[in-house]
Amino acid sequence: MKHTLAVLVENRPGVLSHIASLISRRNYNIESIAAGLTEEPDVTRITLVVEGDEQIVEQVVKQLSKLIDVISVTNLTHVDSINRELALIKVRATPEKRTDLMNVVEVFRARIVDMNRETVVVELTGEEDKIDALCRVLEDHGIVEMVRTGRVSLNRGPLPVKEIGWRE
Amino acid sequence: MELLGSEIILESLRREGVDTIFGYPGGAVIPLYDALMKAPFRHVLTRHEQGAAHAADGYARATGKVGVCVATSGPGATNLVTGLTNAYMDSIPLVAITGQVPTSLLGKDSFQEADIRGITIPITKHNYLVKSVTDLPRVIKEAFYIARTGRPGPVLIDVPKDLTTQKAKFAYPSEVRLRGYRPRYEGDPAAVEAAARLLAQAKRPLFFVGGGVQLADAAAPFRQLVDKTGVPVVSSLMALGVVPTNHPLYYGLVGMHGTYAANMAVMNADLLIGFGVRFDDRVTGNLQTFAPKAKIVHFDIDEAEINKNVRTEVAVVGHLKWSLEAFLQLVERGDYTEWVSGLDRWRQEHPLTYEKKDGLLKPQWVIEEISRLTGGEAIVATDVGQHQIWTAQYYGFKHPRSFLTSGGLGAMGFGLPAAIGAQVGRPDRTVFLVSGDGSFLMNIQEMATAVEQELPLKVAILNNGYLGMVRQWQELFFNRHYASTRLSGVDFVKIAEGFGAVGLRVTRPEEVRPALERALATPQPVFIDFQVAAEENVFPMVPAGASLDQIIGA
Repeated sequence: MKHTLAVLVENRPGVLSHIASLISRRNYNIESIAAGLTEEPDVTRITLVVEGDEQIVEQVVKQLSKLIDVISVTNLTHVDSINRELALIKVRATPEKRTDLMNVVEVFRARIVDMNRETVVVELTGEEDKIDALCRVLEDHGIVEMVRTGRVSLNRGPLPVKEIGWRE
Repeated sequence: MELLGSEIILESLRREGVDTIFGYPGGAVIPLYDALMKAPFRHVLTRHEQGAAHAADGYARATGKVGVCVATSGPGATNLVTGLTNAYMDSIPLVAITGQVPTSLLGKDSFQEADIRGITIPITKHNYLVKSVTDLPRVIKEAFYIARTGRPGPVLIDVPKDLTTQKAKFAYPSEVRLRGYRPRYEGDPAAVEAAARLLAQAKRPLFFVGGGVQLADAAAPFRQLVDKTGVPVVSSLMALGVVPTNHPLYYGLVGMHGTYAANMAVMNADLLIGFGVRFDDRVTGNLQTFAPKAKIVHFDIDEAEINKNVRTEVAVVGHLKWSLEAFLQLVERGDYTEWVSGLDRWRQEHPLTYEKKDGLLKPQWVIEEISRLTGGEAIVATDVGQHQIWTAQYYGFKHPRSFLTSGGLGAMGFGLPAAIGAQVGRPDRTVFLVSGDGSFLMNIQEMATAVEQELPLKVAILNNGYLGMVRQWQELFFNRHYASTRLSGVDFVKIAEGFGAVGLRVTRPEEVRPALERALATPQPVFIDFQVAAEENVFPMVPAGASLDQIIGA
């Protein structure tokens, strides 16, 4: 089962190294890592998607919490949250196929952000399964390459994640 | 007050209560060593940086203080890796300071540059690459705080050379502010109550004591707990001496080379309470069949250890000094007459034994004689292998912080430098090293350190001409294919004399006592080559992955 963890860490050089090292040596099954700035300049937020059962994820949370640079770890899997991912997909689009492609893009409420004689780049922000669905349809046209950010999550409601976190 | 970076480092160390440093100089730390010459520290010059790390470790184990070691950049720093890993595995508080190339040369594959910060990420509790001389006091204060609080561990500080020659105003921070690290001292009283309730209901309870009790300096409340409740005790390798080995309720080492009584106690208990243990594979054997009849209660300072290996009914997370005191208030003496008499019978019917053969010098006999002559009062360090387990089995420990051994990592070469560190830290105690002919060669150069520091170390090398433990496995499981385990004869007596120490050789059982007595009466370091029986095996043994009741040779 997939679990989403929101990890707040000190914004210092080498912190990502510590986290990647921990994940690697304990053999955790990480699907995606997305890291970025937050409302506090010296805090970085990392959203991790981990595959595993409850016992494994409990260990992941505890071992991450032990790291000195980790400020808090919160398991958002069972918390009402907004999950989003950004994808940029380069698709083959010769003039004959373009109209159909643009219809698909409109249906998915995605956007075309680049266009040339042979390809277009489609941008979509949304939940993972929406992006997966778009990719499946675009496969008929031919996907040249794509980049996805991995999931970022924010819990609904007024509390920031470090106040609902059960681990500090 | 403006000081040089090197002076800032040393002044910060002094404020942390450091009076002893183990190290080896090199290019990147020359400025630091220059300042060290005029500073009020005892510097123990080892002959390999690995020796410095293990010595700081042995010092920390014996004294309870944070051990400090210094090495230069590049190869000096990488030579610390085994020592740091060893401290990490056994949770020993260490601060290692490594020199680094100047900041302008970082990341350019410079001479004697190594990314020691990157290398030690998985084997330290935390580490630092200092970028500014003004960061030094804060970093050092944090490093010591991290090393000695919570679950102790090694911290590495990498200092580029240019920082040590820059000048800055010295200001030592009054407090540590780490948002990501707030170690808990007090546990949850409700959890302690739940544990006490379980104990009140148990008919066959068992206390399993581990290294955490030593690290917490909580042997005294633990002994009180045993005496108050009358519950039998078994121990991991890392807790020998927490309970005196001749205590009637102590049934011995548990696990792969545990006693019959201890392992059978675990397999038959209805309540197993672990104190400062981590249920590692050497202890548990097959996890599916570990303590099958017992509910498990786990007292530990590290929350991540709870439910890591075994499913626990109740967990008390907090410093053991707090937890044991709280538990002590709630528990009562129980009537375990039937249970205890069963354990006594097992202990009587399956004692630790070895075959005595006329004229043949047995390694176990050597340990027994050392134990008798020192009255169980010595600090005993070991290396790794058969001799390590025989020491654990046959030395009658009386006090905590007396058995210094590489448990989690099992690093050969630990013994001699660790014994050196222990003797430096505890000049009031007799320090013995029991080693093997394999292990002893790994850091043999530290004999020079022992002689230079005038340490009255007593070293017993159980010399059987083999890499003993591996040979045993080859005998039992690989058809006696002694592949690369025969170690050709080395004249340890000549070597000892070459280093300026005293060397003795013993080949017969009746020579053991006179040699030991002579060693104990000699102020210099004494190295005794005990030429013991070649193919002796360590029993009892639970093969790897087997269940704790599948005991061979008990």
